[in-house]
Amino acid sequence: MKINKESNIYTIIYIVVLVVLVGSALAYTSISLKDKQQENMAVDKMRQILASIHVVPDKGAVISDFNRYITDSYVVNNRGERVDGDAFGINVAAQSKLPSPSRHLPVYEATMPDGARKYILPVYGAGLWGPIWGYVALDADGSTIFGAYFAHQGETPGLGAEIEKPAFSDQFVGKHIYGGDHLVPVSVVKKGQKPVGGGEYVDGISGGTITSKGVGAMLSNCLLPYNNFLKPIHEKSLR
Amino acid sequence: MAEKLSYRDVFFNPFSKNNPVIVQILGICSVLAVTTKLEPAIVMGLSVIAVLAFSNVIISLIRNTIPTSIRIIVQLVVVAGLVVIVSELLKAYAYDVSVQLSVFIGLIITNCILMGRLEAFAMANRPWPSFLDGVGNGIGYALILMTVAFFRELLGSGTLLGFRVVPQSFYDAGYVNNGMMILPPMALIVVACIIWVQRSIHKELQEK
Repeated sequence: MKINKESNIYTIIYIVVLVVLVGSALAYTSISLKDKQQENMAVDKMRQILASIHVVPDKGAVISDFNRYITDSYVVNNRGERVDGDAFGINVAAQSKLPSPSRHLPVYEATMPDGARKYILPVYGAGLWGPIWGYVALDADGSTIFGAYFAHQGETPGLGAEIEKPAFSDQFVGKHIYGGDHLVPVSVVKKGQKPVGGGEYVDGISGGTITSKGVGAMLSNCLLPYNNFLKPIHEKSLR
Repeated sequence: MAEKLSYRDVFFNPFSKNNPVIVQILGICSVLAVTTKLEPAIVMGLSVIAVLAFSNVIISLIRNTIPTSIRIIVQLVVVAGLVVIVSELLKAYAYDVSVQLSVFIGLIITNCILMGRLEAFAMANRPWPSFLDGVGNGIGYALILMTVAFFRELLGSGTLLGFRVVPQSFYDAGYVNNGMMILPPMALIVVACIIWVQRSIHKELQEK
């Protein structure tokens, strides 16, 4: 029997069979590689967290360095109380879009070789083309920035993408987020300008205005909910 | 194709005489995007070789069963499936590079070289020559990608595969990396230079 290749029935059956075949091949690949991919993503996240405390591990040593430096991690709410949860597993992207009272806020505590304690807080926001995120490490006084790490998905190379360079993120080192009683996140402003509301600031990137503003907005959106957690730490350090 | 090509021609023609990038001017977009560094360019080249070879073979195997009214869709489904598999593999085994290449692996689907080869060759030839054609064109693409990336990384960052090759004494003497090389327009200019060199060698390619 000769099959009519141009008939509608043949065409429909053909495409259904093809799609099912390709679909199952994809599903199989995805399932069999999932563990490996998630491990890679976890290692990459650890590398980024370590970058905020100026630790750059070798390729194979990320997990061991992470376990050595990051001595504690927990979740707090916006009243500063600890809540149940796995800090590492929290999706900061989703949390950053929730209203402040219902957020779960991860905190990583790092212990440096000299015994100093650092608090690492994740931040997440929007740049010009896509998401930007990072980690801000605070000294034991809960106010002085010890280090910052920023990353982006697709900001313009040479302009907005410069936020991932140390030249930008190292400007944050030594800035204070507590001037007086209030938490004022570090602003990112055009070179030569000062933030309207006061507070400490760093220079934005020329030609990367929207990304720079995004970093400022990200810091204020993601750091302010930590106020009730950081304030007691900061006040204790003043005494 | 009018004249019958030998397997050797099928494989080697795309390297130079019928190169997909510099003669047929296909797939230029990814040449601009992934060639600032040599390493992503090599991975991108290998990915395209793999996708092109396998999609050519698969399409060639089923070429007699494909209903003509939906042949482009069938080609797209096959290519898209393979591209997703490659992208998943990279995420599992070369995570750093897959982050650098980001969307461009996915965009292999829209790379004109693929659809061009499937339509022009795999639909009309047996699997083995189709495989050779796929690998040949993939290598032709990868060669250009690597040449462009070589010059852009060397002149733009002073490194090759991440290793510093321009000695420090050059910088001390006042040598500066050319930041222009990192920007997309320079990729076009480098490609244009390659085309210029190639057309000077192969006079028959020059347009009147």
